[in-house]
Amino acid sequence: MIIYGVAILAFCYITGQLAGEFLGKALGIDANVGGVGFAMLLLILINDWFAKKGGPDKLTENGIQFWSQMYIPIVVAMSATQNVKVAVSSGLIALLAGILPVLLCLAMIPVLAKLTKKVPEHGDYSPVS
Amino acid sequence: MEIIVRFLDKNGLIVAFFCVGLITYVSSVLSDRLTNRKIPGSAIAIIMGLVLAYIGGRVTGGEKGIADMKALSGFGTMGGSMLRDFAIVSTAMGASFVVMRKTGWVGALSLFLGIVLSFIGGVLVALLWGYTDAISLTTIGAGACTYIVGPVTGAAIGASSDVMALSIAAGVVKAVFVTIATPFLARFIGLDNPHTAMIFGGLMGTTSGVSAGLAATDPKLVPYGALTATFYTGLGCLSCPSVLYLLMRMLFGNG
Repeated sequence: MIIYGVAILAFCYITGQLAGEFLGKALGIDANVGGVGFAMLLLILINDWFAKKGGPDKLTENGIQFWSQMYIPIVVAMSATQNVKVAVSSGLIALLAGILPVLLCLAMIPVLAKLTKKVPEHGDYSPVS
Repeated sequence: MEIIVRFLDKNGLIVAFFCVGLITYVSSVLSDRLTNRKIPGSAIAIIMGLVLAYIGGRVTGGEKGIADMKALSGFGTMGGSMLRDFAIVSTAMGASFVVMRKTGWVGALSLFLGIVLSFIGGVLVALLWGYTDAISLTTIGAGACTYIVGPVTGAAIGASSDVMALSIAAGVVKAVFVTIATPFLARFIGLDNPHTAMIFGGLMGTTSGVSAGLAATDPKLVPYGALTATFYTGLGCLSCPSVLYLLMRMLFGNG
């Protein structure tokens, strides 16, 4: 049943986000720390567990796949609700303070990637879509 | 006219589904015809979204882009953090736990590096503009992390409201810039595998920027980038008003 997949996803979301809220609280800050990350790890573990038991049925899986296909449309909607006006009209200092750090970090990516040995490319992961 | 607007407002989420569908279709046609698929349709769709957000902001003077227009308020629901995070989690279905575990420690390292480097970048720009007090420098540096870290830090250490606004603006610029630049720069920084995507997520940190930028580059990479980026804002809120602020005070005095 499709709803089983959606419910599994919702279970992971709720559990992970709650864990993130509590971790934030425990660290004494007013922010969710890693909630989405915990939820993702939980979903991967549950998915693994199902795979060992012979896999969830197609419809259950579709309940989750639907949302991962909706991801880009949701991101499009998200971009349409960003405060772009402020970003564009706030003057050079905000522009630079936003862009310079990105460039600094971008420059670090090849260094960090080289620092660590390569994981076999496209070996053991299956694409989302 | 009023009946239509009220109807669209009442059924906002559905209206947003329809509009985003239209945007996606137009973008894929544009990608095919004009760029020969060199620029992916999703990248064009996201940029169109940003343009809409700018128009919405100009017309209404609000802060939520096109969602401030009553007839299109559903964009706020569809693009809000709840559905966005729900969809991000679902992308983990296709991700490999093995790859994540292998990249785990670099992911953590990239998080720390990302926060410190962004902070330094922000502070440098603030210094250039003549700010010399530790509070303003820290707040602008925090804004260069994400637009949530900025105001959280500013509020914690008592920054003035114009500096807070500046730090939010810097964070928004960062999110928009990462969104637009990622698909074009991906080739040059080797961003074509899960391993690099996790490093990318940790270094950039802005969840909206990373998720949109990776979606436009290669949807397969989204879960890896999102996994590390989700820790960034929390870590930033933790370290900016504490360790990094103390460091700034040591360097620049109480100002």
